[in-house]
Amino acid sequence: MKATVLTASTLALIAGAALAEPKAEVLHWWTSGGEAKSVAVLQQEFADKGGVWTDMPVAGGGGDAAMTALRARVLSGNAPTAVQLKGPAIQEWYEEGVLADISDVAEAQGWADVLPASIAGHMKCEGTWCAAPVNVHRVDWIWANAEVLAANDIEMPTTWEEFNAAAEKLQAAGIIPLAHGGQAWQDATVFEAVALGILGADGFKKAFVDLDEATLTSPEMVQVFDQMRTLRGYVDPNFPGRDWNLATAMVMNGEAAFQIMGDWAKGEFLAAGKTPGEDFLCASVPGDGFLYNVDSFAMFDVSGDDAKAGQELLAELIVGPSFQKVFNLNKGSIPVRTDVSLEEFDMCAKLSSEDMTASADNGSLLPSYAHGMALRGAQSGAITDVVTQHFNSDMSSEDAVQALAAAVANSL
Amino acid sequence: MSKWLEEHLPKVVLAPSFIAILIFVYGFIAWTGWVSLTRSRLLPKYEIEGFIQYDKLFASPRWDVAMNNLFLFGFLFIGISMLLGLVLAILLDQNIRTEGAIRTIYLYPMALSMIVTGTAWKWILNPGLGIEATVRGWGFESFTFDWLVNPDYAIYTIVLAAIWQSSGFVMALFLAGLRSVDTEIIRAAQVDGIPTWRIYTAIIIPSMAPIFLSAFIVLAHLAIKAFDLVIALTGGGPGFATDLPATYMYAMAFSRGDIGQAAASAMIMMAVVFTIVVPYLYSELRAKND
Repeated sequence: MKATVLTASTLALIAGAALAEPKAEVLHWWTSGGEAKSVAVLQQEFADKGGVWTDMPVAGGGGDAAMTALRARVLSGNAPTAVQLKGPAIQEWYEEGVLADISDVAEAQGWADVLPASIAGHMKCEGTWCAAPVNVHRVDWIWANAEVLAANDIEMPTTWEEFNAAAEKLQAAGIIPLAHGGQAWQDATVFEAVALGILGADGFKKAFVDLDEATLTSPEMVQVFDQMRTLRGYVDPNFPGRDWNLATAMVMNGEAAFQIMGDWAKGEFLAAGKTPGEDFLCASVPGDGFLYNVDSFAMFDVSGDDAKAGQELLAELIVGPSFQKVFNLNKGSIPVRTDVSLEEFDMCAKLSSEDMTASADNGSLLPSYAHGMALRGAQSGAITDVVTQHFNSDMSSEDAVQALAAAVANSL
Repeated sequence: MSKWLEEHLPKVVLAPSFIAILIFVYGFIAWTGWVSLTRSRLLPKYEIEGFIQYDKLFASPRWDVAMNNLFLFGFLFIGISMLLGLVLAILLDQNIRTEGAIRTIYLYPMALSMIVTGTAWKWILNPGLGIEATVRGWGFESFTFDWLVNPDYAIYTIVLAAIWQSSGFVMALFLAGLRSVDTEIIRAAQVDGIPTWRIYTAIIIPSMAPIFLSAFIVLAHLAIKAFDLVIALTGGGPGFATDLPATYMYAMAFSRGDIGQAAASAMIMMAVVFTIVVPYLYSELRAKND
């Protein structure tokens, strides 16, 4: 990693000395197949506009390694131009005083008119624009094997009661009702999907955005944990530590019926040559609302005209309609702009986009807590600790709710 | 000049490493201690706020689990490794023909990195792939061995893998110790008609006390810094049932952007190490002064 940083910065120095073109050094952790392809699209567009792109991919640990590299770069006073960051982490870095102001680009491009307001909120630091959104992943999806559902005469559930009834039926038929991987973030993903259905959009916001203690300890929250306990019964005994894509494969080959996972799971289905609507079904989890996980690039304070020009060009391209379309077709998410044509997208993406517009209008477009959009690391981590402890033990829901409130208070 | 060199050469040669250790070990310990008293989040801050990070640490149920696991893991791992190592060494010390080959076989696990050990045992212990599935495949349908996925027992799988890895090394230490015992004394005891088990318990093992201490120190520091094994074997799960202080610290520092909390947990880990090492150093130094 150190070597990468060194080469990257040396390259940047050489490039900077020789040329006065727009240049950008981009730190990201999109290194796996589809993701790397998606970044290459941006790289190509940047180069077509005469820019010099210095790629700084740091793989590993779901971005942990990249954050360590970023910390080292910022502490040494040599921040990259743009860094893949999301949600409250952007504000956290802003508070360290290291982010740039890209309001000029944002205003010239009219971002405020094309981005949903709640997502735009994440991209602003005290009123000025400081980050550019790339895509919208929906987290509260439920995926199902169409054949298994048809064979057992089950409809896609629209309430948790229906889900439980369907699961009982499947279990009796010898099929694992819910494919799940026992990793803390997956437990949290299911938990927030359940919470959205039971608490409703307002309750979800109070609990996981405002950290309102009364909501965290409310009887509804006890119900959320009760439903988690019920779901625990629908998971096969071998689930701990399983990766999410292996759980998706279980749905794909009919071993399991449902999976609750963000729309990156769709990429797995598509990569295996499955067709949405025929081989697999997608629906939002029971309950109204839309939990988003928005990837974005935060713009760091850089010196030098070429670097500033590169930053502005990069910001413009990221939110530009052509990149939004190509990138999201590759990645399985949907464009963050509401004015991009969805003609080439599949039915799940179209559903996602419709729901996003609708929920933005009625105020139920909410940040995902499990994917670091709603809360800072310390608080979301504290909640996840309780969720995963409850799911993996015989802790009662009442105890879990008390532990939740205590953990949140302790993390502040 | 040459006289000066003669006198000061050792100091000159040692100075660079002395300075490096002063900065990179003790300097950074002091830095960590300082940061643990602040409210540092993403980046270190230097305004001292008192002991809030320690209050939070001790109020965190996850830290409780991590500390309990450390004591459970340390106690079982050190105890069983030493016992097993000693028994293997004694058995191997019976002048058997293939000693060289057997010793190598037992030592080999030590050549693996903990990541490899952890991954291999993860597959062996996985109920759907490993031992449980195999035995069930033989027709014993009710056989269960699900420690890896059972939050109450998962920590013992870590003990198991760690013992597998280290007991061969402990055996080698003890074997060297057994060989260094004066054979004259043993022969004298044999001439006196003392039974073999008495020779071991009353003569050989007591004379190996320094080896026990070395083995203990080596195993204790392995236990406290255990991290890669947990990451590879259970990832700290199910839930956080197999968290150790080192994985807690990693989660706080690198995943959650809570450097102050991570520093506080690192300081407590260091305190644990000191409670083990300081008595050892004390006894060593006192022995030299006598």
